[in-house]
Amino acid sequence: MTFQPKTLLPDPATQGHPALIEMRGVEKTYPARSGNGAVTALHDITLGVPRGFILGVIGRSGAGKSTLIRLVNGLERPTSGQVIVDGVEISALGERALRNERRSIGMIFQHFNLLARRTAFDNIALPLEIAGVPSAEIKARVMPLLDLVGLGDKADRYPAELSGGQKQRVGIARALATNPKVLLSDEATSALDPETTEQILALLRRVNAELNITILLITHEMSVIKTIADRVAVIDGGRIVEEGPTFDLFTQPQHATTRSFIASITGSELPPHIARDLHAAPVGGGKALVRLTFTGGDATQPFLSVLTRKLAVDLGIIQGNVDYIAGQPYGTLVISVPGSGDQLATLTSAARELGLQTEVLGYVA
Amino acid sequence: MLPDVLSPQMMSLLIEAIGETLHMVAVAGAIGTLIGLPLGVFLATSRSGELFASPFANKALGLVVNAARSTPFIILVVAIVPLTRLIAGTSIGTQAAIVPLTIAAAPFIARVIEGAIRGVDQGLIEAARAMGASPLQIVRKVLLPEALPAITLALTLTIVSLIGYSAMVGAVGGGGLGDLGIRFGYQRFMPDVMLTVVAVLIVLVQGVQSLGDFLARRFDKRARF
Repeated sequence: MTFQPKTLLPDPATQGHPALIEMRGVEKTYPARSGNGAVTALHDITLGVPRGFILGVIGRSGAGKSTLIRLVNGLERPTSGQVIVDGVEISALGERALRNERRSIGMIFQHFNLLARRTAFDNIALPLEIAGVPSAEIKARVMPLLDLVGLGDKADRYPAELSGGQKQRVGIARALATNPKVLLSDEATSALDPETTEQILALLRRVNAELNITILLITHEMSVIKTIADRVAVIDGGRIVEEGPTFDLFTQPQHATTRSFIASITGSELPPHIARDLHAAPVGGGKALVRLTFTGGDATQPFLSVLTRKLAVDLGIIQGNVDYIAGQPYGTLVISVPGSGDQLATLTSAARELGLQTEVLGYVA
Repeated sequence: MLPDVLSPQMMSLLIEAIGETLHMVAVAGAIGTLIGLPLGVFLATSRSGELFASPFANKALGLVVNAARSTPFIILVVAIVPLTRLIAGTSIGTQAAIVPLTIAAAPFIARVIEGAIRGVDQGLIEAARAMGASPLQIVRKVLLPEALPAITLALTLTIVSLIGYSAMVGAVGGGGLGDLGIRFGYQRFMPDVMLTVVAVLIVLVQGVQSLGDFLARRFDKRARF
């Protein structure tokens, strides 16, 4: 199944696009404790997740993402501001009403949080038992869920008999048991290896697409965002520093924190030994280093051969990378171009005609 | 001539004593659990920020439990004689001995149950809360079942301690193995009776511990594969 990101132009907040999850001016301050002053974990968070979307919140540990996701199901209460899910102001509910509302908000966890003394089946049945569903109905509901997550043959296994990926599948089935509208994913793949992570993310994408469940996920891994999120919010120091469609955020990051997250996976930084010898002005008889950035459909064009044929120059490749972000190709290529400023100007204009972005990084001898 | 340890009279005394000990330990253990289990659950869930947060009551109960547990058992037996008389109608005999045994067992059980429940991963409580579980549902469906292996071991420890305590209630005519050992083995200089009593106690404690270990292993579904 290929990932078709949902496009929303230009921005849901400004277009009145109905947000299923909404935070308005949310602040969370933990009161002072012996020895420590009060800690403000979240400052003035305003964020919307449109119905049917997957929003990824990325931040380092301590950035406040954990608190943010727990506000959505009321595990944490905001100090001020509103948290609204499907028109219900979660932050204003009493305990009993909140417990009811939580049944429409599933949650999965980094460490799965399965009951060790319940089988896979009984773990998935737990939220139904809590909701007071009769046992005959529970059985009718749990088996299809086990099949959905690909564990139809593991119903009687205890968590200790399952692999990490299988445990998270049970966690996902459990979170879906009460037919929620929203799924909260708290670092759900952080304890898994890359291959298992891919499988779990594919399952979440299916859950989103087939069951139309809106997903809010938090992670510290840009690769998770890249694979699954329609939109991204970058959180740093308890503030959302940047938010937007995943592809835009990757290709045109505005904030330094976003850039550092992206550099960690796209490899868009020059290798240090080349960066060190880079000159700002042309060097006689030397070469210029140019970064070509190609996005969307351009990425698959044979632009390198087109350029060399057209300009009759020899291009050297210094560094390159093609990545798929939210299902769209995005590539960067650093090339070396010999000769004078004239040739360089011809190259850059020819590249622009082909729809590439160009940036002269500097000159080497 | 006093009866030999293997004589029919001595054997019947021994069997009677074993029966008395088992009776006292079983009843005190059962009633102690009825009282101690909820107290232990409360101790484990009532600090600030917990399910039934009431830090003041938690502190107060903790103090009472500590006070009860630091009172030497033999002093407790004597000190609560009026209460014993009120509950059992007498202050002498096996029935009467059950009162101080229960009062000693309950706070002990409360503490060991608290420990067992505190051993349950906090993440499970969070997951249950996220499912919309009420605090009571969390206790019933998550904390108690998940702590069952640890609770089994805790109750085993309690029963072993009670067997030890029950030997002291001979002081109020409680009967049982300890009483037999003191009256015949010590006061009448019958070392073979004393040895037999000790041997029976060892077998009893071993049996209880083995059974407890076996059950705890059965209940424990964590990695052993």
